[in-house]
Amino acid sequence: MKIAVCVKQVPDSWAEKKMVNGLLDREGVDAVLNDLDEYAVEEALRIVEAHGGNEEGGANSVTIISMGPERATEAIRKALSMGANDAILVSDAALAGSDVLATSKVLAEVIKNGGFDLVICGTESTDARMSVVPAMLAQRLGWAQLTFASIVSVDPAANTVSITRTTEAGVDAINAKLPAVVSVVEKINEPRYPSFKGIMAAKKKTIDSRDLASVGVSAESAWSLVADSAPRPPRAAGVKVTDEGNGGNDLVKFLAEKKFI
Amino acid sequence: MSQIFILADFAGDKCTKTTAELATAASRNSSVTAIVLAAPGAGPTLAATIKHGPITNVLVVESADFATHGVAAAADVIAQILAQKSPSAILIASHAYGKEVAGRVAVATDSGIITDAVDVAADLTATQLVFGGSTTVHSKVSKGVAIITVRPNSIEADLSDSSPAVENLSLTISDAAKLATTTSSTPPVKGGRPELTEAQIVVSGGRGTNGDFAAVEGFADSLGAAVGASRAATDAGWYPHSHQVGQTGKTVSPQLYVACGISGAIQHRAGMQTSKTIAVVNKDPEAPIFDLADFGVVGDLFAVLPQATQGVTAQKS
Repeated sequence: MKIAVCVKQVPDSWAEKKMVNGLLDREGVDAVLNDLDEYAVEEALRIVEAHGGNEEGGANSVTIISMGPERATEAIRKALSMGANDAILVSDAALAGSDVLATSKVLAEVIKNGGFDLVICGTESTDARMSVVPAMLAQRLGWAQLTFASIVSVDPAANTVSITRTTEAGVDAINAKLPAVVSVVEKINEPRYPSFKGIMAAKKKTIDSRDLASVGVSAESAWSLVADSAPRPPRAAGVKVTDEGNGGNDLVKFLAEKKFI
Repeated sequence: MSQIFILADFAGDKCTKTTAELATAASRNSSVTAIVLAAPGAGPTLAATIKHGPITNVLVVESADFATHGVAAAADVIAQILAQKSPSAILIASHAYGKEVAGRVAVATDSGIITDAVDVAADLTATQLVFGGSTTVHSKVSKGVAIITVRPNSIEADLSDSSPAVENLSLTISDAAKLATTTSSTPPVKGGRPELTEAQIVVSGGRGTNGDFAAVEGFADSLGAAVGASRAATDAGWYPHSHQVGQTGKTVSPQLYVACGISGAIQHRAGMQTSKTIAVVNKDPEAPIFDLADFGVVGDLFAVLPQATQGVTAQKS
């Protein structure tokens, strides 16, 4: 079983983000592995561990795939230190400002040529928050889409994958033949912390850096354009009262004035 | 006059208010056609519930594949319709299903996509509030059909009566859209409370509840509100993850948001700061959430909320 996990390096989710020239300013903030991708890495590791492990040279492997600046190797090292085998980073100046169509095109091309059985993603990145890359990958690859999984099980003998899809629309049981694209929600597992041994081992693991030419995709970075962006004005200061036995009533009075009652 | 399509949004067999919101946004410079994806035989029933909003036409496609092959089947049909009818845009509700359908349609038609718009202008410029609502962005699709998903509750819906012309369309869904099969489906467990992302009022609890959500729920019920929770509360197992409001949870934008025992870390603010009115109950007068509050009570939620619940109930009766 060869699993690819797509990850993204994003600004730390606790950091204040801002736009510069129509793009997210990624220079001035701490960059980390997207929180929600850790669940995808963990799930991939659990799947290979349930089917004989991912020792070098064995039948199973977990490959991290990312698109981003060279600096994204830091986020990739974290995924490797959790236990993934190797990684592919697509980095090219022509990809700066890429939108989701460009991103999915590049990732799909790398996946298509990598001989993978299964792709696992997080549900969204905490910066753009579009939540569409897994579905777009499935469409581009012509593979089955099993997204928003809260449970994943793989049967290598039958060459199938089954998930429980959990969204606001309810809970569905979905299955498909491999190859397939799966995205996992954050309640699916508890991602492991990299061990010291894992961190040391990750330093020796291969990150295969590729540019657009070697991926075989032409440069086309965006199908939509930002016209302008501006910080929203801070909210005007409101009224603050201290509860001295009447706080609840004060709140009710405010809600009544605003016609909420 | 150009034409814009919308994907009609349903809860069970009734069209939601979101459908009228999509139609309202679409109608600013165009005639509006609503696409209805239905199970075999269910088309007329679903179409008949589209009674409000500026919708001139309804296109019904019936297929059993929408239930068994989900997002992929819906996207396959919509891409075919867009190719046949060449509208300038399609607007779809911004929930998990809607966004995934939009994503696949974008790939299939090689068109640009914008998600989570809170408004769409007559020239199809979309307004988004990004980075947790701290920044306003205006953007436009530059290639193909403009595929835009619109957040429920963001646009004031024109709810005037409409009686659109209904047309049935027979389309064949491609095999590539049938690779994943849904074997069972359970609708969400509906408590008496409204859906978090669609609610007019949301009352949320955080670390300050100490795991006891009774006061938060009681106040929410008195207002007919949905209940939300901070990440601290869901991570502690005090409330289900599906109710988490914040950067890694749901983004809500209700008319009124009441944050109870929530300090207001960026993580949480990102999911609620576009709410129209914000009220706060917190013991800590220094809690950053007070910076967002239109009205704040510094006090213990276990004292303030029961009194407020009683007050609301008394006013309503």
